[in-house]
Amino acid sequence: MRRSPLDRYDRPGRRTRLLLGVPAAALAVFLAATPALACGGLIGPNGAVNLLRTTTFAGYHDGVEHYVTAFQFAGGGGRFGSITPLPDVPTSVEKGGDWTLQRLVRETSPVFLRDAASPAASASGAVELMKVKIDALDITVLKGGAADIGQWATKHGFRLPPDAPEVLDFYAQRSPIFLAAAFDADAAKARGQQVGDGTPVHITIPTRNPWVPLRILALGKTGGEAVQADVYLLTDRAPALLPVPNGSNGIRLDASETASDSLLSDLRTDRGMDWVPSSGWLTKVAVDGEAAQIGYDLAVDASGAGRPSAVDAGLAMPSTAPLSTPVDVGRIFLALAFVAMGLIGVTLIGRSHSGGRPVAG
Amino acid sequence: MRLQRPATALLIGLAVAAVTGIAANAVARSTDPLVIPITIHFSHYDPAAVTVPVGRPVTFVITNTDPIDHEWIVGDAALHERHRTGTEPVHNARPTEITIPARTERQTTVTFDAPGALQYICHLPGHEAYGMVGTVTITPGG
Repeated sequence: MRRSPLDRYDRPGRRTRLLLGVPAAALAVFLAATPALACGGLIGPNGAVNLLRTTTFAGYHDGVEHYVTAFQFAGGGGRFGSITPLPDVPTSVEKGGDWTLQRLVRETSPVFLRDAASPAASASGAVELMKVKIDALDITVLKGGAADIGQWATKHGFRLPPDAPEVLDFYAQRSPIFLAAAFDADAAKARGQQVGDGTPVHITIPTRNPWVPLRILALGKTGGEAVQADVYLLTDRAPALLPVPNGSNGIRLDASETASDSLLSDLRTDRGMDWVPSSGWLTKVAVDGEAAQIGYDLAVDASGAGRPSAVDAGLAMPSTAPLSTPVDVGRIFLALAFVAMGLIGVTLIGRSHSGGRPVAG
Repeated sequence: MRLQRPATALLIGLAVAAVTGIAANAVARSTDPLVIPITIHFSHYDPAAVTVPVGRPVTFVITNTDPIDHEWIVGDAALHERHRTGTEPVHNARPTEITIPARTERQTTVTFDAPGALQYICHLPGHEAYGMVGTVTITPGG
């Protein structure tokens, strides 16, 4: 049995509570995989809505993003699911390490540390790139437009909230890759999973720069509802972020520091984490705002160039066609007006030179 | 003089035809359904307000461009209150209560028999709160 480096911090049975103490980092969409109630009422059957809670880590090294998130069993029965937008096609989706997320929490929670010291095409048009089963999770990596993904999800029993069409479109315009996870609560119970147990999933994604979807956190929430999440980044050097976390825009920079040797060593000994470099920069971004504020994603420039992409942040769309905008129509009119004025000017000058007499043809 | 009678007859004929046509058109206009298209996009109705005459059939052509199902239920406050806690999985039995599956089009013809204002709402969970609400204003003297 592998020993967790957290053992030196924890009393027996302490880890579950630690994970529960993490602010709800739902990088996922809650989707009840039950028939929808057509007329008003609650989101789930019997009012037993079990929101998925996830904690997220995005590490980036040698052009590869390592995305570790945990799907947490919150009790109840039936099937639940989530959809997570991805920046690119992953090369692998596998069970994540046992302590990576908890260890990161400890690294940026010194008060708590002291306490602890004590592909196949589907009918809908979406392409299934990968299917993986991890414990009670059925994971499918999908490629498609917003409508394709939405239809695939609906056909597979996911119940999408009313803002899903717009949010899926927001992501599909920039990256058509999504990860759908169906959580079988009955299977989790049968496996002996307890409330609060998380199933970590490690997604390996070669991509030019890491990118963390944040707007998806607000999916299904009304404008004033709170969105809270913790996002940990591990990069080779201090990253440039967009939007800049300033606290007033719904995201806050809680930590930005050289990653400690002990952290890197602990992470490296976890399952699938041998990629962790010998040095790095640790950033913790806390999402703490209202749903209406979180209309963007977190763009990260880990190259040192200091130019995080506005497209990655969702602040600009890649399909913006300059000539189709009203501004450009205005410019065309302006240009035509100048041409017309020029022609009039030339005519007047010509007339004044010819003395107003008709020119013989 | 000989030319005047045929010309007069022609003018009278044209006038009668015109009056008859206008009258027939007016009758047709008052009985033919008025067609109003409504598009559902990103879980919102477009337009979110329509005006119709009382007593005249109105055909609503509702196009759902979203990848999720929606409803179009028109009625007074009491009806909407019932639907907020209702349990019918789908609606299609009444012309005022329509389910529009994802990326489909549905038509329904409704005759409003009294002037006033009614709302059309999608009562799927969370949809009304998200803004899937519209208004039908029924004007007198159709």
